[in-house]
Amino acid sequence: MQTQMAASSSVSIALAGSGGSGVMTAGTMLLAAAAKAGAYGLMVRTSGPQIRGGEAAAMLRLGAQPLNSLDDGFDLLLAIDWQNVNRFADEIVLGPRSVLIGDPDEGEAPEVFKATGARYAPLGLKKMAKAIPGSWVNMIALGLSGTLAGLPLQALQDAVRDAWKKPDTLDANLNAVAAGAAAAAQIAAQLAQEGGAMAQLQVSAPSGAQRWMMSGNEATGMGALKGGVRFVAAYPITPATEVLEWLAPRLVKVGGTLLQAEDELASINMIIGASYGGVPALTATAGPGLSLMTEAIGLAVASEVPIVVVDVMRGGPSTGIPAKSEQSDLSFAVSGLHGDAPRLVVAPSSMADCLGATQWAVHLAEALQAPAIVLSDQFMGQSRVITDRPPDHGLVARRVTAAANTPDYKRYRDTPSGVSPMAIPGTEGVTYTADGLEHSEAGIPSSQSRDHVMQLDKRARKLTLHDYGSYWADIEGDADAAVITFGSASGPVREAIERARAQGTDLRLIVLRLLAPARPEQMAAALQGVSRVIVVEQNHGAQLYRYLRAWYDFPAPPASYHRPGPLPLRPAELLAALLEWRNGK
Amino acid sequence: MAQALQMELEAAQRYNEFADMMDVHNNPEVGAWFRKMAVIEGKHAAHIMEQMGWREVPALPASAPLRAGLAAVEGAAGDELHYLMQPWHVLQLALASEERAEAFFAQLAQHATDEPVRQAALALQQEEHDHAELVKVWLQKVPQPDANWDQDPDPPRYDD
Amino acid sequence: MNTALNPEAAAEPVVIGLTAANFKSGYKPIWCPGCGDFTVLSSVTKALSIMGVPPKDCAVVSGIGCSSRIPAYTTCYGFHGVHGRSLAAATGLKVARPDLQVLVAGGDGDGYSIGGNHFLHACRRNVDMTYLVMDNHVYGMTKGQPSPTTEPDWDSKLSPGGTGVRVFNPMVVALASGANFVARAFAGDLHGTADIIAQAMKHPGFSFVEILSPCVTFRPEQRDWRKTVHAAEAPVTDDAALAARRLMKDDGMNIGVLYAGDRAPYPASVRAPRCSVAELEAEFAL
Repeated sequence: MQTQMAASSSVSIALAGSGGSGVMTAGTMLLAAAAKAGAYGLMVRTSGPQIRGGEAAAMLRLGAQPLNSLDDGFDLLLAIDWQNVNRFADEIVLGPRSVLIGDPDEGEAPEVFKATGARYAPLGLKKMAKAIPGSWVNMIALGLSGTLAGLPLQALQDAVRDAWKKPDTLDANLNAVAAGAAAAAQIAAQLAQEGGAMAQLQVSAPSGAQRWMMSGNEATGMGALKGGVRFVAAYPITPATEVLEWLAPRLVKVGGTLLQAEDELASINMIIGASYGGVPALTATAGPGLSLMTEAIGLAVASEVPIVVVDVMRGGPSTGIPAKSEQSDLSFAVSGLHGDAPRLVVAPSSMADCLGATQWAVHLAEALQAPAIVLSDQFMGQSRVITDRPPDHGLVARRVTAAANTPDYKRYRDTPSGVSPMAIPGTEGVTYTADGLEHSEAGIPSSQSRDHVMQLDKRARKLTLHDYGSYWADIEGDADAAVITFGSASGPVREAIERARAQGTDLRLIVLRLLAPARPEQMAAALQGVSRVIVVEQNHGAQLYRYLRAWYDFPAPPASYHRPGPLPLRPAELLAALLEWRNGK
Repeated sequence: MAQALQMELEAAQRYNEFADMMDVHNNPEVGAWFRKMAVIEGKHAAHIMEQMGWREVPALPASAPLRAGLAAVEGAAGDELHYLMQPWHVLQLALASEERAEAFFAQLAQHATDEPVRQAALALQQEEHDHAELVKVWLQKVPQPDANWDQDPDPPRYDD
Repeated sequence: MNTALNPEAAAEPVVIGLTAANFKSGYKPIWCPGCGDFTVLSSVTKALSIMGVPPKDCAVVSGIGCSSRIPAYTTCYGFHGVHGRSLAAATGLKVARPDLQVLVAGGDGDGYSIGGNHFLHACRRNVDMTYLVMDNHVYGMTKGQPSPTTEPDWDSKLSPGGTGVRVFNPMVVALASGANFVARAFAGDLHGTADIIAQAMKHPGFSFVEILSPCVTFRPEQRDWRKTVHAAEAPVTDDAALAARRLMKDDGMNIGVLYAGDRAPYPASVRAPRCSVAELEAEFAL
């Protein structure tokens, strides 16, 4: 939370309630309203284990600048009812400046929230909804929370109009939003008197940049299509299913196919088959599914068939915590194949970057005829964001293929770059058999040392020699102390660094987008002038830290800040850790 | 009769399970109503034992056909539940259940060869009838659900 | 006890030291109210009480999905494994520990999709265990994708317009692969299902029970199943080919024990040792 009052750079709102209260729907509309008002923001959702009727909360952060992290706490918690909402106390952190709104008819606010010192304002939300026949209580909540946050009524009502499916109840619910907005004015006045207005959004005139609203999983799907993927095999798994469900109808629209597989062993082998046939192919899964896919990923390495596997990381190990985020598949992604099996690992660094990074992964896989693993995570995948339209790097699938009747064609011919032209079935005069068995340049199975060494060198070299350009990592600042991180951790890390800078401590940020192969020269350039490094990540085993120490040289042994999910990393916690590390102890 | 006792005991158990389901799905009002029903069925069971002079629940042969074909008498009403259901729905279920039980005891009384059993069955039939009437009274007192009672704006934990 | 109503009732009542309540743990299931799995849980615990095996000697093995949550809701030993591999885990358990009563449970997605391969081989192997599949023609836990028993034209986000792929027929596949007991039950009939499960457990070898268990959230139309299910017309047979022919033509709503064969179950691995490890070293000695 901001320490200054009134107009702040961001405001954080949580809407909570149980089955039937419609908080997820209200949260989505609130985000849409913020988009209409010209704000940026993100929405994260959490819920109990029930399929329906469970306790749920929509957690939003809205601001005048792009946001990629939740704040340290919430300015407002509005609960339509209190059923089991106390379970979210660790996620919905409140403080003395927070506002707590609940319906007195739904009982007392749970002690765990009251104990934070948050200011309590009761409001008979259900009564208000009943007074407007045909209206839903979550629409009262929408009007109330949106207005308290500083959103104009017009934007809130427009968001409802866009999403509303039953025309005959629309007016009642627009009125409900207005009623909530009216109540907000009263509450705001009361709060101002008592001890300070709630933080409010102040949006200057909308920037010229075009903005998008989407989830990370949707952006991943879009990146796949933009990259040129036209075949997807799917097996549902939380939290990756939405990538596949988004792609299903849209792939067909652009002339591709999605096939639902019987399991992950099938889906990975299906995309290898399709890609062998010349069609860029992708699948999406999570940790348990990736584990099943490993044998076949090795096959793609050995037979040099390009594929992209999106891993939307969740709490591990094993079945773990399916609906929560963690960055604990890194070790597995960079090394989890038997044999010497080099592969590409790309990590999107934000919800918007899910598009560009996935598109890049498709491009790289196709160019280098290798499997690429995209390490997304549940936080990015299942959160919705208002962001600037992602820049288009323009890199798409472009495979080096063999021309018909190439004389003396050898599929696995050793070349300086390590990439051999790939014959696509249907091409005259260049037939070959792809093989997981080690093979000669001609693709004939071989146990000869000469062939094995040549092919191993080639498959490694093609990845290490490639010019990945500046997209391999985002490097910000030139301080002599550097923070290295990847994926969704970069959001809160970046914010922590901004706050540190405001306090006079300068830090350099390196967000890795290409995790494998290692880039020693590029890292050395990024670390020019750096004397100390700390690695920040969201897992228990300090996986990135250990990986970097294995593959890179550092001016001094790097430090590590790491902790597992399910709770997201927060700017304040990281600021404290970074300052302690930077200023010595 | 032993069968009837089992039915009441199972009904009590089932109502307690329904109450648990409702509590887990954040519908404590209906959960409380189901607990009330469970207590009532428990009382019925106690009553049967009193009527029959039983100290303990008699064992049934494992092969006893406790069901009439595929339709249980005290209702396998499990699939009538909804996480958003209201007290009115609970009472409707209870009413149907009491009416079925009343019919069961009527049948039992008709076919009883033992006079004490016949008397007991008739008494229980009357009781079930009274219970049904009581439920009807309660039904008048609870609010009727409106047309949108089962609408939940949020999908089953889908993302958009 | 009144015998007037059931003159054929057995004279000796089974000693019920254990009731169904002994088999239910205190954990409250997260299944949606209206879910068929609640009655399946009650049927399972009732069947276990009929079998009279104490909870400590029973193991419930499951995979991933809504119905696979069932082990923790019983007081038996439970194993909540990974998606689709429950039969493999259960096979290892039963062969190493033939003294245990092994029950395997899961849904149609877990069992017939990712678990399909293990299903075939479990039927072939005929290890003495009972496999219960709570079939609701959908993947519930991951929010509504078609499963192998979903109708080809059922619209869903993952397969818009339907998969277009023919429905899997697990019972015929089970018969063809050698399952020793094949039955279909309906979750709406608590006692009938308990009865079938008890029979399945008593029957030696691999016993497979397909339980139609409506999903009130993703397939609310399945409430109508209680109107369309019907008792099997033909009596149970021990002729696998005959049972298969019937099942190829049945409407999928045929309830009852449809096949009970006499294949010998897979032999237990636990045997009395015939020599010591030290004695085996003699092989290497020169």
